[in-house]
Amino acid sequence: MDLALQILPQVLVDGIVLGFMYALIALGYTMVYGVLEFINFAHSEIFVLGAFVGVETLFMLQSAGQLATLNPAIVLLLVIVAGMTVSGLAAMALERVAYRPLQGSPRLVALISAIGASFFLQDGLRLFESLWRNTFYLTYPTLDILDRTVPLTADLVVPVKSILVVVTALIMLLGLYLFVNRTQMGTAIRAVAQDPDTASLMGVPVNRVISLTFFVGGAMGGLAGVLFGLNYGLVNPYSGFFPGLKAFTAAVLGGIGNIPGAMLGGMVLGLLEAMAGSYLSILTNGAFGAEYKDVFAFVVLILILILRPRGLLGEKVREERG
Amino acid sequence: MNPSLASIGLLVYITGSSILAYLHPQSTLAFLLFEASLLLIYYSSARPGVKFMLGALVLLVLMPILGFINAYYLEISVEVGIYVALALGLNIVVGFVGLLNLGFVAFYAIGAYLWAIFGSPQANEFIAGGFFPLASYWFFVFLILSIAIGAATGVLLGLPVLRLRGDYLAVVTLGFAEVVRALVNNLDKPINLTNGPKGISPIEKPPLFFQPVLEFFGIQVTTAKLYPLYFYFLVLFLVLGIILVTRRLEDSRIGRAWKAIREDELAAAAMGIPVVRMKLFGFAVGASFASAVGVLFAAKQVFINPESFTFMESIGVLAMVIVGGMGSVPGAVLGATGVTILNLQLLKGLSLWLNSLRQSGAIVSIPFLGSYALSQIPAQLEPAKYERMVFGLILIVMMIFRPQGILPPRQDQRK
Repeated sequence: MDLALQILPQVLVDGIVLGFMYALIALGYTMVYGVLEFINFAHSEIFVLGAFVGVETLFMLQSAGQLATLNPAIVLLLVIVAGMTVSGLAAMALERVAYRPLQGSPRLVALISAIGASFFLQDGLRLFESLWRNTFYLTYPTLDILDRTVPLTADLVVPVKSILVVVTALIMLLGLYLFVNRTQMGTAIRAVAQDPDTASLMGVPVNRVISLTFFVGGAMGGLAGVLFGLNYGLVNPYSGFFPGLKAFTAAVLGGIGNIPGAMLGGMVLGLLEAMAGSYLSILTNGAFGAEYKDVFAFVVLILILILRPRGLLGEKVREERG
Repeated sequence: MNPSLASIGLLVYITGSSILAYLHPQSTLAFLLFEASLLLIYYSSARPGVKFMLGALVLLVLMPILGFINAYYLEISVEVGIYVALALGLNIVVGFVGLLNLGFVAFYAIGAYLWAIFGSPQANEFIAGGFFPLASYWFFVFLILSIAIGAATGVLLGLPVLRLRGDYLAVVTLGFAEVVRALVNNLDKPINLTNGPKGISPIEKPPLFFQPVLEFFGIQVTTAKLYPLYFYFLVLFLVLGIILVTRRLEDSRIGRAWKAIREDELAAAAMGIPVVRMKLFGFAVGASFASAVGVLFAAKQVFINPESFTFMESIGVLAMVIVGGMGSVPGAVLGATGVTILNLQLLKGLSLWLNSLRQSGAIVSIPFLGSYALSQIPAQLEPAKYERMVFGLILIVMMIFRPQGILPPRQDQRK
């Protein structure tokens, strides 16, 4: 029990970092679900794309000899902006190619197309990196500032990268919240999510709004990807699978289609997972350990769907469109 | 076309293509042409009796003979057969009932591990007494047992989740498959049930109960030559059995109820169809097929590990069902055959070809662009490793241009 208490602060920090990352990815799922009512299965690849753009940007700076000389804040800003832009544009392109031609067909059809897109992007990324760098397992170059730590209390030392994740994610989530609730474009997104037909009658350009939603959701996913890479260092084209599924779980946990819900769901899931990873082995005397943390999210998902299918903050989901 | 003319034409085609396959044992194309004869038989206007005879000729006589001469053909046929059986199982769930199951491979894994654990020394790890591996004739007991266990797991998973909407169900089934894979991967402790990532081997093969008969007739065949043939027939009968069951179900009250649910769940419920029970039944039937195929797969492979049961595998089977046409039995067969051969043969063939180009050291000159040494083709460019890309493209393209598949079910054609 002593050990459990001793590691608790560390577990909480890990959980919060993980939670913000899931929250950022979950936003992409939830926003797209809001306007189109389908699971954008390829969102996990948009996330990975962000991570790859991040590492490529860093490599570019490195080969230009700027990585060590530029102000680290500018470096981070560049990486984040690049990751968000490319991911957002890629998500828009994805919608154009793989989803828009399917508007009006059954939901299953769009879902299958999304799965196809996800697989295609995974190997597409692998092919590109294989040809470009001759390997598709990439490691982020180290940035001095990220490896430093900040002692909060005597026991708890927080790495700068965790702080980076939390601060960036908070700014972005706040920005997104204001964007969706206070701007005209945000209102348009909410209108389409509520009722696309009526929104269209009111003069909302539905297809443009859908594109915009994909861009914003994709950019959030890309940001999560960059932060993932900066935090954990290693990326490969297939590393989006588990974070993607967990973020989807987070979106469902919070109530799919609900933006604050996605943030809450991500946080809850991140904390639960960090605790499961650290405490499962203590609780079961080592019989079951951290190796089950990846499936833990699925157990949570199945339980929510059985017990509270609308999620923690879920309101009544819009009736199915005919 | 005139039925007798069609029969003669078919016979000519079958003879021609089998001779071609016999003369060119390395040619995939010849083999494909030979396999296409089954499709032609199915769609020809020959009389049912003639079709049946010709089909039996191809499957029971010509294929074993060709395979006996060239074991590679049998290997492909067995592989294709396994995927056909899986696709037929998934076709019931996705095609008939309209439930997207993304974790179909879980049931396949359950069947495979069922026989792997008890048909190998593995079970001695947790059951004392040294009873294991079980004698090979238990294979057939487990084949039947796996149907029951597959159905039971299908019901267990289905009970809580089948009330959910379609896309939630897809993710939950995916999650279930990952849970099964994680369990298989990690249950080497606290009790060593599955031997973890190292996998289980050697797994007992099914018994050669007919060997005394062969010897009585003075036929001496080495077991190495006999097993591929044996597995071919086992898979063939399994597939035929599954087709028969599927066909009978499709035309029954149950099949009609499934399709009613697929088309409009609310209307089906209003008509008095017990929606959840019917969905559960469909889920269970699909699961039991996959589980039985799993037993056969374990026996064929002799060695299995969790790597064979990834998400990739589920998507592969889904691609087969979709290419063929959801809800269509011939479609599932065609889709499974096509995708498996694409995967096993065409992609690998392309890889080999690129490799040979690379090694040839030739230099190609392209007008205006200069010359390009073929040895510079990047080593990473290996089509066989990009099956995800291929499956992904297949899924997107099919959904955009032909969501009903290559051979859509008959009802749709009548519309």
